[in-house]
Formats: sequence, structure tokens, C-alpha cells
Amino acid sequence: MSVILLVEQTLNGLQFGVMLFLMAAGLTLVFGVMGLINLTHGSLYMVGAFAAAAVAARTGSFLLALVASIAGAAAVGTIIEMAVIRRLYSRDHLDQVLATFALILILSEGTRWLFGSYPLFLDTPPWLSGTLMLPFGIEYSIYRLSMIGAGLCAAAGLFWMIARTRIGIQIRAGENDREMIGALGVNISRLNTLVFAIGAGLAGLAGALIGAIQSVQVGMGEPVLILAFVVIVIGGIGSIRGAFVGAILVGLTDTLGRFALPHLFALFMDASSATSIGSSLASMSIYLLMAGVLLLRPRGLFGAT
Amino acid sequence: MTMKLKMKTLAVAASLAMAASGALAGGAKVGMITTLSGGGAGLGIDVRDGFMLAIEQSGRSDIEVVIEDDQRKPDVAVQLADKMIQSDKVDVLTGIIWSNLAMAVVPSVTAQGKFYLSPNAGPSALAGKGCSPNYFNVAWQNDNLHEGAGAYATSAGYKKAFILAPNYPAGQDALTGFKRFFKGELAGELYTKLGQTDYAAEIAQIRASGADVVFFFLPGGMGISFLKQYADSGVGLPVVGPAFSFDQGILQAVGAAALGVKNTSQWSKDLDNEANKAFVESFKAKYGRLPSLYASQGFDTALLLISALNKADVADHDGFRKALEAADFASTRGAFKFGPNHHPIQNIYVREVIKEGDVFTNKIIGTALENHADVYAAECKM
Amino acid sequence: MDRETGLNLALLGVMLAIPLWAMAADEPFLVTLTTRAVIFAIAGIGLNVALGFGGLVSFGHAAFFGVGGYAMGILASHAQGYMPLIEWPILVEGTKSMPVIWLTAICASALTAFAIGALSLRTAGVYFIMITLAFAQMLYYFAISWPAYGGEDGLSIYLRNAFPGLNTMDPIQFFAICYALLLAVLFLVARAARAPFGLMLNAARQNEDRVQAVGQTPYRLYLVAFTISGAITGLAGALFADLNRFVSPSMFSWQTSGEIMVFVILGGVGRVFGPVAGAALFVLLEHVLGGVSDYWHIYLGAILLAVVLYARGGIFGILTGRDTANG
Repeated sequence: MSVILLVEQTLNGLQFGVMLFLMAAGLTLVFGVMGLINLTHGSLYMVGAFAAAAVAARTGSFLLALVASIAGAAAVGTIIEMAVIRRLYSRDHLDQVLATFALILILSEGTRWLFGSYPLFLDTPPWLSGTLMLPFGIEYSIYRLSMIGAGLCAAAGLFWMIARTRIGIQIRAGENDREMIGALGVNISRLNTLVFAIGAGLAGLAGALIGAIQSVQVGMGEPVLILAFVVIVIGGIGSIRGAFVGAILVGLTDTLGRFALPHLFALFMDASSATSIGSSLASMSIYLLMAGVLLLRPRGLFGAT
Repeated sequence: MTMKLKMKTLAVAASLAMAASGALAGGAKVGMITTLSGGGAGLGIDVRDGFMLAIEQSGRSDIEVVIEDDQRKPDVAVQLADKMIQSDKVDVLTGIIWSNLAMAVVPSVTAQGKFYLSPNAGPSALAGKGCSPNYFNVAWQNDNLHEGAGAYATSAGYKKAFILAPNYPAGQDALTGFKRFFKGELAGELYTKLGQTDYAAEIAQIRASGADVVFFFLPGGMGISFLKQYADSGVGLPVVGPAFSFDQGILQAVGAAALGVKNTSQWSKDLDNEANKAFVESFKAKYGRLPSLYASQGFDTALLLISALNKADVADHDGFRKALEAADFASTRGAFKFGPNHHPIQNIYVREVIKEGDVFTNKIIGTALENHADVYAAECKM
Repeated sequence: MDRETGLNLALLGVMLAIPLWAMAADEPFLVTLTTRAVIFAIAGIGLNVALGFGGLVSFGHAAFFGVGGYAMGILASHAQGYMPLIEWPILVEGTKSMPVIWLTAICASALTAFAIGALSLRTAGVYFIMITLAFAQMLYYFAISWPAYGGEDGLSIYLRNAFPGLNTMDPIQFFAICYALLLAVLFLVARAARAPFGLMLNAARQNEDRVQAVGQTPYRLYLVAFTISGAITGLAGALFADLNRFVSPSMFSWQTSGEIMVFVILGGVGRVFGPVAGAALFVLLEHVLGGVSDYWHIYLGAILLAVVLYARGGIFGILTGRDTANG
């Protein structure tokens, strides 16, 4: 019985990690290529979820909603990149943090102004709801399995794009030497906008996929944003591979920690204080993980040294 | 809603009722501190709208209401309370939604000799040892709805409950309240992280626990997330909870996942009494949406205030307090009176989530606890 | 007297004049509001020691602000309830005495800053920003789920703590205490900035190798600066808790870290008086814009954005026409 539970929790951790990767990929790409700390990324996640909810309410189609989430977040991303963000690439991290902090305020309240103060409705489509019987009697949500699948596909697509396509070559070159690729005739400003829009689109997709099983509301982006930062710091900022490993690590640590720590404490104290203390420790677990990784490797697992 | 925040002088135009009611004992200045921006704004807006509706219907132009936004931040709420007492010179304060903000504001307000009428939060400290003659709770003590849920789960014949709530004081009170009235055994007890949005790990444990019922207290977006994921997981055990996660405002966001869930509440829009029918109709007519639990509480708070103002002058503290204690008004929830600690003694109903046309809403199916008071009253000495 | 010194004095003068006028005009709330600005200014000055002088971008100063606040909350709540804080090995009672509370807050936050700094300073740049954020988040979640002192509900203190000879519940007297502390902190920080330590720190920020060449360890300089910085912000936290007579985990939240950073940047990074101007402007904006619309965060965001994009050097940058204090 408990082995089944453990397998199910591992799947949950994996699903959480894959979604975190969609968020973290954009953050780490934008940092790698443009050197920008982008706190607005959480707002783009929120924009994706709201766009999906709005389209799903009009059309009733979940697939159209997903398309809308990518398009909506990428569009908003493009607009803010061209209007504001591109002025920040040459600034220091401090200015970047503050300016994108200001953008969060604007995007959050703007969304509330457009959509109201109550959460919106977005649900999983009927053809993905229900559960699937996996081998060994494990019953698991089809939607969550699909999220793992969709996330892995997006990750594979991203790796392929970076390794094999022309844009990917430019991105990798941009990470190494920005002046040089400009000298080689690549339109850097267009490349920047494109990278930012790709990151935004991925965040929007994550927002819609997660929004369907959570609450689509203003402020949904910030907790995820902080988690995504933890992920890229653990993985090494700028490294897509690091973001993937970091995301899975964080997903598993968080999910398994929440499950296992209260049980662990219950071995040597009474049930209700074990629940309380175990849960407290679990909520700190990923930050402990991050501090531990940074102490051993100050530039993350896959960071350039 | 483009209502200006600083409605410094929201003096309500009226004259008809003034002449009719006769025994007027002077007006009052009321300070409302509530959450109007950010994530929890929906609740504050409902309390405000319900409150202002009652003031408007009373036709009294001598009740002035100052409304300010606390942004759900305790320090801002404390500061606004200082401002209202020091600068606006209000007589009565009200409006706070969250227990932690109430704990920050209420003790200092009552210590300064002002009255506070709570339209929502009812932390146990203010009902027991920290009770005050000038503090009145018009909603519920925090434990009440959870106790109702425990009583209902027992009467419905459930034997093994799995219970969960966020790991913070109101969450711990919720589980304690449920356990106080649930006679079966527990299949599991879990605390989740405050603000948590993914409940896969918890749902897996529910599935493995062998429970026959699930009780949860997860306010706001947390409840929406939990219900959607729970419905999707196919666990399918019956769910019981307090009304907060099944309120009119958020029910539409939960959707079909909530259908059939039993929840406990001191109010429902189909509660059969004249005051409630009139309230539901007029709220719909004025604001174009169905009233929520919070709107009804805001409405009742204003009714209580008006009833007391009709009997006594607010400057006469002892007389005004007596008038409040009498609770001589037609509450939207039917019978209503105060216990010795100024907290409600009222029925807790069981509601079921149904679909009316396109709209998800609640229907009363029974009474969980009759004339229910809270357990902290004994600790209150005033 | 150059233009910047004149501005500094004018700023201090206005911050003193507003509450005095408000008392005369019977507007005690304005006094409270100014006190809030003064306390935020102290917190900002604290961060500025690390950020402006040491170049250490800390996104986790809420940790020290919160530790200071809880130092006050814990001591005062024990005194309020007549429960000893520690019974063994020695009896320690809670206290309602402000000076004792300040000292405790400063020591506790300095210790916290020393521990966090010792670990975090092994990293640099964006990793430093994120690891300081992570430590603050850890304390935030700990404070929420720690039931002994109220958890998420926080702790209420019914009366302000006592200062010998003064009635601290009177807004103007409490303001006077905070204002005096602000002057003391300004004086000490200005002195430290010109002392060998400050000059060396400034040099380390600009070029670590040269500092190493003259036999100084940048790590040590940074750690000292970070500890002082945390201690000052902790003092502000204790005052803030006393102003509100309330502490809660929201003092540890990442938004608080962001706001403290905003004070520094609005005013002008690296200037001793910068955070004072920034905090005053922030409180003013919060108060004025809050009355304009339900959606006032949009305006606040737009103003912040404009300052970052077009007014490098903050208000002082605009008013003096120079981006940095040293020209």
C-alpha cells in the first residue's frame, strides 16, 4: 500500500517539476541571453491563465484555450519587452529587480481591473478528466499524466530548438558573446524580443495547464515565480539543462517532503505536533535545498564557473 | 466597480424614513476598514456593498460611513484604525475580513473606548479571554461552521473522516472545531502550506487512507484548487466543508467539481424568512449579482447598528451597548441573538451545492446545530 | 554648504515640521504617517549600507525587519502576560522597556545577518540576490507555522512599550523617539562612510582586487557591512512593531523586502540621506494614490517604473542633477 502511495507521490512530484520547468525555462533563457532578472515572469503566467479562461468561456474548447494562453502571454511579453524591458538589459540587477517589480504591480491590478476581483473558471476538458489504472494497481489522474507529457514535449522541443535550429545557434552565441553576434549581422534586438516572447509563451502555457486544476486569480503568479527562481538558482542561472534538473529536484523535494516529513516526525512524537512541525519543515524544505546547493556549488549545479 | 475609495462623506440622501421612524436618537460616524484591492478584494467588496445597501434602505442621512482599503495588510489596517479614530473621529468601526487583521486592530480599538462590530472574522481569542464589552461579532465565532460540519458528518453516519486545513491558527481552529463535534474516528489529519495550490500529495493520501468522508477548510483560491483536483482525481468520497469554499463568489470558479458537496453555513440565499427574501431581491436589483455570505453579514451588521442607533445615542456608551446587546433587528438569517461574550447564538445549516440554470448556488437541506453558541464564552469575563 | 547638504537639511526640517504642524492643527494621524516614514527611512538606511556602499543587492532584508519586530513582540508579550521568557538556567523575564527591546532587536538581527551573510556572501551577483530571498522566505514560512507566537495571526501588544519619562501612546512623543533614532542612525552611518572602514568598503565595491592588494579581505568587509545593515533594519523592525502595536509574519514577506529596496532606490542609491527621501515619498504616494482609485497599484507601478527608467539616482539624482553622491 505505502509503495503505491510512494509511486503516486513521485509521479506528483514529477508533474510539479515539469510544470516548474516550463516557468523556469523562460527565466533562465532571458537571463542567459540578455542578463535580465525578470520578476514579471509570474505575471505572464497569470496572463496565460486568464487568456485561457476567457477563451474557454467563449468557445468551450480547451485546445483553443491553450493556444490563447501561449499567444496571449507571448503578445503581452512582446509588448512589455519592446516598451520597457529592452531598456533594462544594460542596467544593473538592482534596476532590473525594481522595474520588473513595478511591472508586477501594473499587470496584476490591470488584470483585476479587466476581469474583476473573483477567480475565473477554467476546467479540465472532459476527454482528459478521470483516472487511469496504471500497472500494480496505481490509479492516477489522466490530466496530470497529460501535463507530464505536455511538459516533457515542450522541454524536448526547446532542447531541439536550441541545439539544432538557427535561432538556437544565435541564442547560444548570444549567451557567450553578445557583441560578436551583433558584429556577425544578427539583429540582436529582434533576437531578444523573440527569446523573451518564447519564454513568455511557455510561462503562459504553464499558467493555463495549471490553471485548469487550480484557481485562476490575480496574484497566482508570484508564488510560482519564487519557486521558478529557486529552480534556476539550483540549476545554475542561464543553463536550460540546469533548469530541467533543478525543476525536477524541487518538484520531488517539495512533494515528497510534504508527504514524508510528518510521517517521519510521527515516529518519535505525538501525531498532531508531528503534523504541525513536519508541515512547517516541509514548507521550508526547498529553500533549505537551495541554500545547501549554493553552499556546495556557489553557481548552481550546471552554472558556468 | 469604479466607486471612489475615499467616500469621505457618504451621507445617504433620505428624508422619508426619517419622518416615519420617529424615535431617532442621533446619528453616528462609522469607519469601515476592509479589503478592496488585491487577491481577497471580493470578500471586502461584498461586505461593503451589503452594509451600504442596509444604510441606504434605512434612509438615514445621519449615518456617515468612511471606507478605506486595508490591502489585507495588518500594519495598514492598524494605521487606518488610528486614522479613523484620531482624524475622522468615528464612533464605531467595522469591516475587517481576516482574523489576523482583526487581532491587530480590535484590541486597540476597544481599548480606546470605541465600538467594533465584526462582519466576518471571529478569532477565538476575542471570544474568550480577550473578549471586550465594546466588541460585537455579527458573523460567527471562527469555530462555528466547522463544528456544524462535524455535527453534520456525525448525523449523516460517517465513521472515518480525513481532515485537512492550512497550517496557521485559523486552520488549526478549524480542525479542532470539527473534531469537537465529530463522533467517528479520524482516518488522517493533515496541515497544508498556507497559499498552497497543488494538492496532489494530499489527495494521494486521502485515497490511501480508507476514509469514508473528507472534511476540509481551505479558504479562497486554495479551496478552488483543492476541489478541482479532488474531482479530477476520481477519489469520489463525499466532501464536507464550511461555507467559505462554496460561497456565491467563488462557486462559479469551482464549477461542476463542487456539485453535491455539503457545506455548513449560518446563512443561505434560500433561507425562508421575509428579511432575507427582501435582502436577496434588493441586492440583486442594486448590484446585478447574487448576494454572498459576506454580503449578508455586511447587511446584518448595518441592521444591528441602525437598530441600536434607534434606541440609544452612540455617545451614551452604556445605553448604546445595551441596545446592541438586544440585537433587535430582523436578521437575514432568521433568529439571531448575542451570547454573554457578544458572539452570535444562531442556527448552523447544512447546504448542498446545486445548479440553477447556468449558475452554481446552494440549497438548504437541513440544520446541523440549533441555537449554537461557541465554547469560548465560558472563558470570557467582562 | 553645497546643494546636497542643503537638501538633506531641508528634508529633515520638513519631516520635523509636518508633525509639529499636525499637532497644532489637531490632525494626529499625520503624525502617525510621518512616524511611519521615519521608521521606513531607518530600514532603508540599513539596507543602503549593504546595497549602496557595499554593492550587495539583498532581496531578503525583510528577514532582519521581521526579526527586529518579533524581538519586540516576544519580549512585550511575555511582559504583558507576566510569563517569564526563560526559566532555566537563569530566569529571564519579558520586558516593556524600549531601550532594552531595541538592544535585543539590534543584537538578534545582527546575529541573523551575520549568519545569513556568512553563508550568502560565498555567492555573488544574481545568486546573492536569490539566496538572501530564500533565507527570508524560510523565516517567513517558519513564522507562519510556528504556533507559540500567533503564527499567521501575529501578536498583538495592547499598549506601546515604555520609554522613561515619556508617554509613548501619545503620537507626537513616539514620533520624537523615532526621529531622534533616525538622526542617531544617520549620524553613525555618515561617520562610518567616511571612516577607513567605509572608504575600504567603497573601494571593494568598485574593485575587489585592489582592496586585496592592500591586504584587506573583501569577504570580511562585506560581512561586517551586511551585519551592520541587518542590525539597523532590525531596529526599524522593532520600532515598526511598536508603531502598530502588532507583529505578524507579513513583516518577513518578500514584498516587504521589495518595498525596503524601493525606499532606497526611489531616494537614490549610495547616498546617506537617499532612503529618507525615498521612504517619505513612498508613504506619501501610498497615502495620496490610495484615495484616487481602487486600482492605485497601477499608478504606483507606473511611477516606480518612470523613476527607474528616467531618473537614475532617484529623487536626489533629479534634485542635485548628479547620479551619485561622489560625482
